[in-house]
Amino acid sequence: MEKALKKYSPIFVLPTLLAFIIGFIIPFAEGLYLSFCQFTTVKNAKWVGLSNYKRVFTDQSFIDSLGFTVSFAVAAIILINVIAFGLALLLTRKLKGTNIFRTVFFMPNLIGGIVLGYIWQILINCVLSIVGQPLLALNKEAGYWGLIILTCWQQIGYMMIIYIAGLQNVPDDLIEAAQIDGASAWKTLWKVKLPMVMPSITICVFLTLTNSFKLFDQNLALTAGDPNHMTEMLALNIYQTFYARAGAQWKGLGQAKAVIFCILVIVIALAQLKATRSKEVQQ
Amino acid sequence: MKKRLMALALCGAMGASLLTGCGSSTKETAAATTAAAATEAAKTEAATTAAATEAAKKEAKGSVYYLNFKPEQDAQWQELAKAYTEETGVPVTVVTAASGNYETTLMSEMGKSGAPTLFQVNGPVGLANWKDYCYDLSGSDIYGELTSDGFALKDGDAVDGIAYVIESYGIITNKTLLEKAGYSVDDIKSFDDLKKVAEDITARSAELGFSAFSSAGMDGSSDWRFKTHLANLPIYFEYQADGIGATDAIKGSYLDNYRAIWDLYINNSTCAPAELAAKTGDDSRNEFLASKAVFFQNGSWEYGNLTGDGKFTDDDLTMIPIYIGAGDEANQGLCTGTENYWCVNGQAGEDDIQATLDFMYWCVTSEKGTNTMANEMGFVIPFKKAAESPNLFVKVDKELTAAGKNPVSWNFTTMPSEEWKNGVGSALTAYAADQTDANWDAVVKAFVDGWATEYALANP
Repeated sequence: MEKALKKYSPIFVLPTLLAFIIGFIIPFAEGLYLSFCQFTTVKNAKWVGLSNYKRVFTDQSFIDSLGFTVSFAVAAIILINVIAFGLALLLTRKLKGTNIFRTVFFMPNLIGGIVLGYIWQILINCVLSIVGQPLLALNKEAGYWGLIILTCWQQIGYMMIIYIAGLQNVPDDLIEAAQIDGASAWKTLWKVKLPMVMPSITICVFLTLTNSFKLFDQNLALTAGDPNHMTEMLALNIYQTFYARAGAQWKGLGQAKAVIFCILVIVIALAQLKATRSKEVQQ
Repeated sequence: MKKRLMALALCGAMGASLLTGCGSSTKETAAATTAAAATEAAKTEAATTAAATEAAKKEAKGSVYYLNFKPEQDAQWQELAKAYTEETGVPVTVVTAASGNYETTLMSEMGKSGAPTLFQVNGPVGLANWKDYCYDLSGSDIYGELTSDGFALKDGDAVDGIAYVIESYGIITNKTLLEKAGYSVDDIKSFDDLKKVAEDITARSAELGFSAFSSAGMDGSSDWRFKTHLANLPIYFEYQADGIGATDAIKGSYLDNYRAIWDLYINNSTCAPAELAAKTGDDSRNEFLASKAVFFQNGSWEYGNLTGDGKFTDDDLTMIPIYIGAGDEANQGLCTGTENYWCVNGQAGEDDIQATLDFMYWCVTSEKGTNTMANEMGFVIPFKKAAESPNLFVKVDKELTAAGKNPVSWNFTTMPSEEWKNGVGSALTAYAADQTDANWDAVVKAFVDGWATEYALANP
């Protein structure tokens, strides 16, 4: 049986492999190639070597949006994970109505980013106009916090579900043993529960990290980079370079930015995975 | 239980990603889907009619694929394409890009094998993207039909684009309301007159029940009215004074006038200036339609939106020039020009290019073509055989020109980039919210320094 499986495994792998090649490998390779070219349409590209990459690092807007993205990501990752974990703790206490709360907290995740962006834009603008502050289009701080509130609202429920699953996986006998040894609730949380849910933390931090870096539709709908590109995140900056600029010299630049962006996200995510994985314990 | 929860979470994740997928691609949901549906229908229709007529007219070679820029005229183009196919047997496909998505659509369509044979650019800056794809129209029949060589978009000696519609903009005025306030259009012959009338209306707006200007919305759906169209005036007067038609570095000699008219717009409006940042083009139009404002800066393309059932009649409306207190105001006309140039895809097959040239020629010379463009689409076309357009604002422009006024040309096609416009728009919005000299200096900086920077970036 095993022998037969081994023999035919390439055939079973083939459909997925084909899909992966068509859907990922080829576009990625073409994208990489285009980042070294000057072009208007993808079939008509002229090789220009490294010049696009040189221009990326002299492009102030790219550096600025990188800075904005990092500061956003830090705040968003901490807030989302802390709040989601707190909610998960609350909702694993076998209280009444737990299921309803879980569902309610999860729901914002089912709404698309663009829709959420526009809804929050109206809400935030309304609040700003009541308190007499400049509206979103003119207000960098409001844009920054608006984005954080929006992503928190959208993602906390999702991360909460993962944490709940993790917390429910903590064996009762471990907690019981800790209690018998006289550990306080706080100590149990830090010394027993947290190490046991490390796999969930790995997943959640990974998801929030990559989501924060790749955030696009929420950014586009809520602030569109206003005022004057000050709330423009990396993905939106790449999009604007590619589409909002006229002339062949911009397309390759946008493509080069996208490649750098991709490598950056992969490196950061791998580093994070390595760091949090090393803290995981075996049951 | 745990497993089920995990499964639920996974299902949720899948659902969520599906939904976000929808979200991201549907910024202009309604427009895009309806346009797509309409064009899809038209495609199959064109195909079937083509099949039917093909037998009869074997000699018809090539086909036309027109990527249309104006969603307002989509239905009329489909109709015209069908009529042409019936008459000649040449299949014509018209696809309309969703509003604001033309460049994106064009870019992806041009990369495909059945690329558009006929597309449009918005002037010299837009041409920069596409000049390698433009067929030289200098020997074509349609070029010979142009009423003036000024309507051709040239790159050196090659004619890359041909203007197919001429438009005018100015201050659309509700004459009925103006009379209620005790003035007539003849009272406004200069910036000072306009200022006097507008400020008087503002002073009495509580009693009159309306304001002078509809909101100068600076949301992306409407800010082009000010960062592009209004900004054209200081540029025009500077070009006039210096005797040039384009520049790599603007001086901003008339920016004080720009500030004066902008102050007038935002301080005599239906809403507080600080709220303009979030006001849309629809807001502005609706205020005007609801008779809450006398003046509405916009162009002849708004005619269809302002007239009709339950809206205004031709007697209510007119358009006056945008006076900014510069140049010879007594002889200033409307801002008239074009940013719609037809280009033929030079990389298409020879048969397709010929078919496209024939189609263009037919549109602007045949009775059916010229009538549809004038009456149904409301266009004024710069061709010798053009039919008269019923568009009121176009008529106003004609009358003013006949009375010896000089139309203000559209120089915004020489603005260095979209980015420059955005910079000016952003600074204008900030200034509107807080009208200090420092904030105006930021507008001047975006206007003057931004021009030089962007020009250098766009012309390496």
